[in-house]
Amino acid sequence: MDIISAAIPMLLKGLQVTLYIFVIAIILGFLIGLVIALLRLAPSKILNWIAKVYVDAIRGTPFIVQLFFIYFGVNSLHLVSLNNTTAGIVTVAINAGAYFAEIIRAGIQSIDKGQTEAARSIGFTGAQTMRYVVLPQAFRRMLPTITNQSIISLKDTSLLSVIGIADLTQQGQIQASATFEAFKIWLAVGVIYFIIIYLLTILANFIERRIQLR
Amino acid sequence: MSMIKVKNLRKSFGKIEVLKDINAEVQEQEVVCVIGPSGSGKSTFLRCLNRLEEISGGEVVINGQDITDNKININKVRQEVGMVFQQFNLFPHKTVLENITMGPIKIRTTDKSAADKLAFELLDKVGLREKANSFPGELSGGQKQRVAIARALAMNPKIMLFDEPTSALDPEMVGDVLEVMKQLAKEGMTMVVVTHEMGFAREVGDRVIFMDGGYIVEENEPNEMFSNPQHKRTKEFLSKVL
Repeated sequence: MDIISAAIPMLLKGLQVTLYIFVIAIILGFLIGLVIALLRLAPSKILNWIAKVYVDAIRGTPFIVQLFFIYFGVNSLHLVSLNNTTAGIVTVAINAGAYFAEIIRAGIQSIDKGQTEAARSIGFTGAQTMRYVVLPQAFRRMLPTITNQSIISLKDTSLLSVIGIADLTQQGQIQASATFEAFKIWLAVGVIYFIIIYLLTILANFIERRIQLR
Repeated sequence: MSMIKVKNLRKSFGKIEVLKDINAEVQEQEVVCVIGPSGSGKSTFLRCLNRLEEISGGEVVINGQDITDNKININKVRQEVGMVFQQFNLFPHKTVLENITMGPIKIRTTDKSAADKLAFELLDKVGLREKANSFPGELSGGQKQRVAIARALAMNPKIMLFDEPTSALDPEMVGDVLEVMKQLAKEGMTMVVVTHEMGFAREVGDRVIFMDGGYIVEENEPNEMFSNPQHKRTKEFLSKVL
């Protein structure tokens, strides 16, 4: 047992890195998703096309390829120099962004056309209608799917260990090879991921209940 | 003074021409009821008056502004033209009070206490003060429609458009809504009402327009129209609905 208790502080350090990357990436990813969704629904054909290409490209390629493309591929051009943490955050963000874009687009389209017409007839601009009438209602409907995608993205961060980010998974690897206690260490890593995701689910349910009440 | 002037209005959805050549005028304080069979284009006509439908051709002049001119700010014009829908279209995530104050607060930048005061006055007018903090989902159809009227009035419009405001209501709710509209007419609001309520058209309307097949077939003062229709199509339609 003392092997585990000695490893736990290191694993928690890894968890901090995981959560740090996750929180920044998921916020960025949501903003990317919102922008892409609005481009997708914009009246301009070119903007629709750009958004569609983005979503298709991300959905059609594995996460790990995207990660290598950004960390090794983009860095090899010597135009920018991304450290591994930045590359990791960017990859998770653009990956989640594509999926969020589809969730948000579907959410917006699920809101009855009459809502937009009522808002426009009062004199709201298109942007005000989106902000005050359509998005607040769409967001309520999207919340379960957003939670789902966030959980997937959180788990995707474990792949960042392959570019040497000292996240929870990477720390697990270090501890497992240092202690030769692979079973216990990986069980502990799994339990930590599970607890974090479980807490995330509880938080999402809480938010959902609160907005459903009204 | 003419509040609405429509000249050679045409509207197509793809290849289907829904409005063919509409010419109409509505004077200040006048109540005009638009009747006709479904598919006659009457709702489309109404929706062209605040450009909820893009206009394919012709001119629509609202309170002196030609709204087919792309240089005019349509959002400004819409603030002067209230609209009430068949399906109410209240904002379900906002309370009754917030539904009414949203326009004044966000568009007119009225402060909240002034907007609330106005909203309560309007709720008194439609008899729903006690529902101020309810959500639309907690109201009956008739109550929803009266809130929708209050919401439109909160922008202090010069014209009110009604698109079959009682068609989605249970029969016992219709009276309350018509009562509010009657009151509004009495106060001198300029109104265009697409309706199947012939009793309302007769009692409150200053003029009735009969539409069919994308044209205005006949228009007249209500009693004359109902007792002595000129056109064959008008006669057929009225014989079915009266």
